[in-house]
Amino acid sequence: MSATDDIEMMASPAKAAPPSPLRTFWWSFAENKGAVAGLLVIVVIAILAIFADWIAPHSPTEQFRDFRLLPPFWADGGTLRFPLGTDDIGRDILSRLIHGARLSMAIGLIVVTLALGMGIVLGLVAGFYRGWIDVAIMRLMDMMLALPSLLLAIVVVAILGPGLSNAMFAVSIVVLPHYARLTRAAVISELGKDYVVASRVSGAGTLRLMFSTILPNCMAPLIVQATLGFSTAILDAAALGFLGLGAQPPTPEWGTMLASAREFVTRAWWVVTFPGIAILVTVLAFNLMGDGLRDALDPKLKR
Amino acid sequence: MYGAAMGLALAAGAIAPAQAQGSKTLVYCSEGSPENFNPQINTTGTTFDATQPVYNRLAEFERGTTNVIPGLAERWEVSDEGKTYTFFLRKGVKWHSSREFKPTRDFNADDVLFSFSRMWKKDHPYHNVSGGEYDYFNDMGMADLLESIDRVDDYTVRFKLKRPEAPFIANMAMMFASILSAEYADFQMKKGTPEKLDQEPIGTGPFTFVNYQKDAQIRYRANDQYFRGREKLDNLVFSITSDASVAYQKLKAGECHVMPYPNPADLASMRTDPNINLMSQEGLNVGYLAFNVTKKPFDDKRVRKALNMAIDKKAIIEAVYQGAGVAAHNPIPPTIWSYNKETKAYPYDPDQAKKLLAEAGLANGFETDLWAMPVKRPYNPNAQRIAELVQADLAKLGIKANIVSYEWGEYRKRAQQGEHMMAQLGWTGDNGDPDNFLNVLLGCDAARAGGSNIAKWCNQPFNDLVTKARQSSDKAERTKLYEQAQAIFVEEAPWFAIAHSVSFKPVRKEVVDFKISPFGRHEFHGVDLKR
Amino acid sequence: MFKFIISRAALVIPTFLGITFLSFFLIRLVPGDPIEVRVGERGITPERLAMLREQLGLDQPLWVQFASYVGDILSGNFGTSLVTKNPVLLEFLELFPATVELSVCAILFAVILGLPAGVMAASRRGSFWDHTVMGVSLGGYSMPIFWWALLLILLFSVSLGWTPVSGRLSVMYYVEPVTGFMLIDTLLSDEPGAFRSAVHHLVLPSVVLGTIPLAVIARMTRSSMLEVLGEDYIRTARAKGLSAGRIVGLHALRNAMIPVVTVIGLQVGTLLGGAILTETIFSWPGIGKWLIESINRRDYPVLQGGVLLVATLVIVVNLIVDLLYGILNPRIRHGR
Repeated sequence: MSATDDIEMMASPAKAAPPSPLRTFWWSFAENKGAVAGLLVIVVIAILAIFADWIAPHSPTEQFRDFRLLPPFWADGGTLRFPLGTDDIGRDILSRLIHGARLSMAIGLIVVTLALGMGIVLGLVAGFYRGWIDVAIMRLMDMMLALPSLLLAIVVVAILGPGLSNAMFAVSIVVLPHYARLTRAAVISELGKDYVVASRVSGAGTLRLMFSTILPNCMAPLIVQATLGFSTAILDAAALGFLGLGAQPPTPEWGTMLASAREFVTRAWWVVTFPGIAILVTVLAFNLMGDGLRDALDPKLKR
Repeated sequence: MYGAAMGLALAAGAIAPAQAQGSKTLVYCSEGSPENFNPQINTTGTTFDATQPVYNRLAEFERGTTNVIPGLAERWEVSDEGKTYTFFLRKGVKWHSSREFKPTRDFNADDVLFSFSRMWKKDHPYHNVSGGEYDYFNDMGMADLLESIDRVDDYTVRFKLKRPEAPFIANMAMMFASILSAEYADFQMKKGTPEKLDQEPIGTGPFTFVNYQKDAQIRYRANDQYFRGREKLDNLVFSITSDASVAYQKLKAGECHVMPYPNPADLASMRTDPNINLMSQEGLNVGYLAFNVTKKPFDDKRVRKALNMAIDKKAIIEAVYQGAGVAAHNPIPPTIWSYNKETKAYPYDPDQAKKLLAEAGLANGFETDLWAMPVKRPYNPNAQRIAELVQADLAKLGIKANIVSYEWGEYRKRAQQGEHMMAQLGWTGDNGDPDNFLNVLLGCDAARAGGSNIAKWCNQPFNDLVTKARQSSDKAERTKLYEQAQAIFVEEAPWFAIAHSVSFKPVRKEVVDFKISPFGRHEFHGVDLKR
Repeated sequence: MFKFIISRAALVIPTFLGITFLSFFLIRLVPGDPIEVRVGERGITPERLAMLREQLGLDQPLWVQFASYVGDILSGNFGTSLVTKNPVLLEFLELFPATVELSVCAILFAVILGLPAGVMAASRRGSFWDHTVMGVSLGGYSMPIFWWALLLILLFSVSLGWTPVSGRLSVMYYVEPVTGFMLIDTLLSDEPGAFRSAVHHLVLPSVVLGTIPLAVIARMTRSSMLEVLGEDYIRTARAKGLSAGRIVGLHALRNAMIPVVTVIGLQVGTLLGGAILTETIFSWPGIGKWLIESINRRDYPVLQGGVLLVATLVIVVNLIVDLLYGILNPRIRHGR
């Protein structure tokens, strides 16, 4: 399903029936132009990522040895064959960026899923049982938060060895405490509410209570955090790549591209500029959308 | 206040402070912080560079060459069939003084005894200070070689060896053999801070140590009483800049005069920069791919020769070394004496390689591993990239090579155990003696499990030649022996020798008489600055 | 009040113990041995390796090493670097002022620009100004700072030549380290241009490191101002006919400051993380670079001691912010 269908379907106002919660949500979300723009950019990047093999003009690893460090097409010596120029061993930068989008989206998705999954479980357990288990979990989270996150990620990668999957794992470990804390806070505030008490009285099991009664009602802040978490994940993974600890060459991950292009910074501005712009735009889009989601989901901030 | 000042500076927006006073200050953008200031207990080039200005040795390498010249010893005599070395020490050599330490006497035999006893004698009061690791002293086999060190008089010291050892004098010129002050050591010991001996150095060298700020800078001042005469420079500053491209920017801006390890990518623009003189020299090193001759099929000479013809060395030099390397075919670099100019490199000839493989009964190729170091080394800037190129070349012969890598310490250990079939490694020379390559890397003794001969290649005729050369002190005879040994090496082909890297040193034009050290050191005595 | 402080401080103790434990074991999980990492292709004989390991105490069982480490920490001994043989605490104290100086300047940069920008945006909600501030700060918030640093260096240092490329002070000046803070030391010294040089060296790194805090502070100030501006007492003030400037300046700002101060405090941890990248790029001699190097060299005492010291700092700052917040806002104190 493409985004335009989505928008039309959701935006066509229902005549008689009262607006569904989803529809109210969409209205307030669509009010925020920045958020919609962010969503559009993300959709475009997602399409690029999914269809990279067809969209990219060249293979991301093919080396055109005769066309090393070619500038973008509008600069002197550039050619439309390599629209954004080539890198030091003659690979097409545009193609690498397009394939890199795939990696960045995957990084965001996997990191957020991992962190969200682990964070929800830890937060639910801590918030639901309280007592020593709560103390143990929350102290552990405090410890992780007290270490500079990048340093912790670097240590984790050093232990596991450099590489994309290890870097993703490291980043999810680092962001995990945020999700755990958020879930716990939400669970605690929900626990006292009538519907929980009612369902407890009616004999719902612990697991059922945790996952199907309480959790859905805590989802709003988590969704916001997860969207914003995409941007953190992409930034952190790129930082690790920049330090040579993330994806290994010749993988076209944006941070890794920046790292290996760094020595050419004065000679060929384009090898450094474009991967950075790609990271910035993607992260900005997720932040815009995250802001919009928060405004739409959090009635307190809505005015 | 900070904020206001910062705003002001943003508005003013200029840098370049005027050159202070009228003194000559040379700034070297060094690549990192030294571990400390004692060359006895360290092995890194960074630390050797930082201690070089401060200390002298009994014998020294002439700047920019591998020739040994007198240092703190005016001359020496060899007797007893090469087993006794008598050093006659220079008189009137002054020690540096610092804020807290003022020397009361000149350099003499006690200092020599102190410096070597500290490394050699386990019960010496200083032996365990600062970790007590004397890697170079032990690696060079000094502990086993020395029979005794005696003080004959104030200015005469006699070293007795257990066996004749031709490279001994060259060893004495290495950084680990630097001479420290016994009086200063006693002074620090009495104060209860013996480790300060290694942190705040007192030496006899051309420059006096002034101050060190970790990760920022090291400052030295010319030693007015230097026994070879005062330096032309007044001050020497190491500005620690770990990033090579940043160092290049500083060099361009005139913030430093010399930088050590430029990025290959910057070489082209350095060549055309009117303010920079790009110096280069072939390094005292070799990068190679060793075939483990104890494993099939590399026990067969024909296979080793075939692989030597199957890999396109030129492509490696161009793509990986980017001009900063010359193709190798002997195991020692051409800068070392006794380099055999007669041996012929194997040509790149995949067809001939195929024939040889067929003769060896491997017409359909075989499967092997191909090890690549995880780190950049002076002799090999990118082992992974080389592995990819080699892999592609071998695939054309039906040989399937799987690239393998380990964490660096692990890699070296496993390779020395001989776990690989093909492994890349390399060597940087210590003292410019051919023995330091041929015996250390290819001798039978080093072919044991855990030894540094990772081809595990033990060839009796070769080993006999190298051993004989080691025990002779006649350079002409040694040259002949080493040349023969190299011919055997090329014929037997235990390695695919890759390259000798070329080291580049960008130096600003106002620097006069800087010389590249064949040992990879960066030395600033004898250097001057033009106004 | 006292009870509140004690209960908050008590929470910190287990965190602190945990960090000690975590930093000790994490670094030992990193493959490779500090001795073997160092020896390079020269190699080392098994006997000598065993001897050196014994000398460094690495041959002992892990729990014995840990016990003696904890004992040392409790007596204030953070160990000695395996590489430089210098006491860890000494190295930390030597490098830490550089990181503090950089972080303080970064925060000042962020506050000086971010606070007024946020206030202006809030007081002219929906205006062009508001959109610009929000857009720019969101951009700053999304910035990969390592890339941002490269761009700024390329522009200001390489193309325009306005700022130096790296370091803390031009090597032409020699300033005796007294406090370790270059700005103060240069003022104390009698070298005339040194202070200017120190300021010049600080500008780019501070801007880079301050970018994210700037964005956070601007956004936080705006939303907190908006919240306060909607409160009844502001409406009353407005109805009384007070000028917009007085309302914003006198009434709203003071109340809006509480969450902003909290955010500034919480930026300390982020700053230290950002300092790692910033220091690496600008060759800034601070603790970020020091810690990264210690990982590469498997310098156990430096990494475990350094992490412990940094974490302690973050915990203490967070605790202070927490306490301040509790004192400023009585609801929190009694709420739990």
